[in-house]
Amino acid sequence: MRRVRWGWVAVAALPVLFIGYFFVYPLIRILTLGLAELNVGSSGLEARLFRVGWFTLWQATVSTVLTFLAAAPLTWAVSSYDFRGRRIALALATVPFVLPTVVVGTAFVALDWTESIGAILGAHVFFNVAVVVRTVSTLWARIDPRLQEAARVLGASEWEVFKRITLPLLRPAMAAAASIVFLFTFTSFGVVLILGGFRYATLEVEIYRQAVTFFDLPLAATLAIVQMVGVTGALYWYSRYQERTAASWTLERGTNLRRPRGRARVGVLVATVGTLTALAVPLSVLVSRSLTGPFYEALFREDRVVGTPIHSIRNSLLFAAVAMALATVIGMLAATVITGRVGPLSRWFDLTLMLPLGTSAVTIGFGFIVALDWPVDLRASIWLVPIAHTLVAVPFVVRSTVPTLRSVPPQTREAAAVLGASPLRVWREIDLPMVSRAALVGSAFAFVISLGEFGATSFIARPASTTIPTMIFRLLSRPGENSFGMAMALSVVLAVVTAAVVMAIDRARFGELGSF
Amino acid sequence: MLQVEQIDVVIDSKPILENVSLEVADGEIVAVLGPSGSGKSTLLRAIAGLVDVATGDIEWDGKTIVAVPPHKRGFGLMFQGYALFPHMTVAQNVGFGLKMSGHHDIDAEVEEALSWVGLEGFGPRQVDSLSGGEQQRVALARTLAPRPDLVMLDEPLGALDRNLRQKLVTDTRKVLEDRAVTALVVTHDRDEAVALSDRLALMREGTIVQIGHLDELLAHPVDDWVAGFIS
Repeated sequence: MRRVRWGWVAVAALPVLFIGYFFVYPLIRILTLGLAELNVGSSGLEARLFRVGWFTLWQATVSTVLTFLAAAPLTWAVSSYDFRGRRIALALATVPFVLPTVVVGTAFVALDWTESIGAILGAHVFFNVAVVVRTVSTLWARIDPRLQEAARVLGASEWEVFKRITLPLLRPAMAAAASIVFLFTFTSFGVVLILGGFRYATLEVEIYRQAVTFFDLPLAATLAIVQMVGVTGALYWYSRYQERTAASWTLERGTNLRRPRGRARVGVLVATVGTLTALAVPLSVLVSRSLTGPFYEALFREDRVVGTPIHSIRNSLLFAAVAMALATVIGMLAATVITGRVGPLSRWFDLTLMLPLGTSAVTIGFGFIVALDWPVDLRASIWLVPIAHTLVAVPFVVRSTVPTLRSVPPQTREAAAVLGASPLRVWREIDLPMVSRAALVGSAFAFVISLGEFGATSFIARPASTTIPTMIFRLLSRPGENSFGMAMALSVVLAVVTAAVVMAIDRARFGELGSF
Repeated sequence: MLQVEQIDVVIDSKPILENVSLEVADGEIVAVLGPSGSGKSTLLRAIAGLVDVATGDIEWDGKTIVAVPPHKRGFGLMFQGYALFPHMTVAQNVGFGLKMSGHHDIDAEVEEALSWVGLEGFGPRQVDSLSGGEQQRVALARTLAPRPDLVMLDEPLGALDRNLRQKLVTDTRKVLEDRAVTALVVTHDRDEAVALSDRLALMREGTIVQIGHLDELLAHPVDDWVAGFIS
């Protein structure tokens, strides 16, 4: 006799309705729009699609390769050796990754390095080095040293040990890092929009341009479909690869770091200092140039075209708070359903919730303006901004809470039930206290994501709902040293606020921040 | 009185229990004995309401309970491995069931339950600071504290070493008898089953093969397997 689990239905309802209306439905509208008006016969369209698609693919591939090359020295140093400042070096190398893309773009503009492919690739490497360093070093540091010693005893040189033992063992982590970097750069928007000028456009930028500048929605929809196909393909390949290589060998529980001696000491020093210096240049230039004029004071003055820049800070903080609250509630409900052992349904649910992560933020914003005129026209509502941010942030809340909820042994919940706790009570007494710390980390992530979100916001922000990133972009788009100075000043403010929240997260977290 | 009547349990389309019937009279202690994988734990979980019964009926005092959710059955189940709540103290663990049923004087009840198992004063301790034997006794106290109608123990001594088991078998039996509880104990250890219970139910491959007192089973085993398993 099966009892109908009405409780689950109630818990699942909010996430399902939210994702359904604000994500799946707009996606369907984009698909119908793009497919209905698709005019494949016209050669101009095909040529443009091909050009943009090729550039997107090409720059993502080159960015990924360059990121690996740039990250290699520091990855080697922190994976093999325990040295003074190792933890700080890791933390500092992670700073660029947590910065909003608009800040990274502005920092490279401050280097006077615009409208060039070099600037785009440079910014992508700057942004993603931490992904490679952290993902690969987490695994590398835990490889059983006896494997390498065994190879040495069998006559392998140090280089051969690296090539034949270490490198093959690192393949899963390298594939993971490569997929993440590829996905980030394939869907890169803020950086390319700011640094690419009119010459270079990824699919993301082209969707934005067609939709916002030329108001050619069908073409934008077609581009969005191409983009989704690319992203889904990359994700599919990665998940297949992960299944095939699912950790089949044992890892040491702790790490096996040695103290560097002799030549290794010099190597570690050069690798660490060199990498950190290179990463510090764009940010130092941004900060110092933002101080060359009265730009911070100017943020408080009203401007007839862009409004008062400082108001964007108020908007951003408000939206971030709303998005954080929404994402926490929806994410935790969703995580409860996913870990609730209701079979294939929960797996589907998990996948659907992760989709906004794979789909680009631009597609989410574009979907809002295409679809949210039904049943009531929401497109002018300022609340669309925090809702879009919530969509982007929910997967992060889910990802930070699901592992903890999974680690609660099912017997613990059963024991509570047998002792008289109703399902709701079990959740409150067992799940909630255990997951609260992880949920807090997820909420803080949601806050940071909302602060820096630019792709979706650029479609839906109105003058009254301008956020810090959209304000920075407006200031950058306007000629004049003063506007640029204000953009730099606002970027520094955004960077400082973001860094402060991320540092708080890092302190609250136990263990390595190794998985993304 | 507990009556299990011809129940089948199917999990992931695999039959785990087939046509299982069993009665436990008030104040009686019955041990379910059988090799691992024979379905003993699933039987307890079915009675507790943690798994659904495909066919058959489970009755308590003549009333069917198969549609009653686990938290409303008023039974106690001590889990294999204990399933103590890691984020709570000993007292909070033992008092959990009392809190759920809305008791008022939880502290005194907890201290009394701890005294049954010889752990007076252990209330403020964290559960991860306890030894294996202490955890076993906390789990027993947590199960008994709400004074459940039926107490079920799943391999109550399974995780402990030999010396400790011998001592705790006697202690556990005494605690159960002092409370005069109706109990169902699951174990794969013949000596433990004999020491803890009044009657034995032998289980193999999802069915109960024979039920009776030890001497009956020794005198008239239904087959060679039963004879071999209990001698």
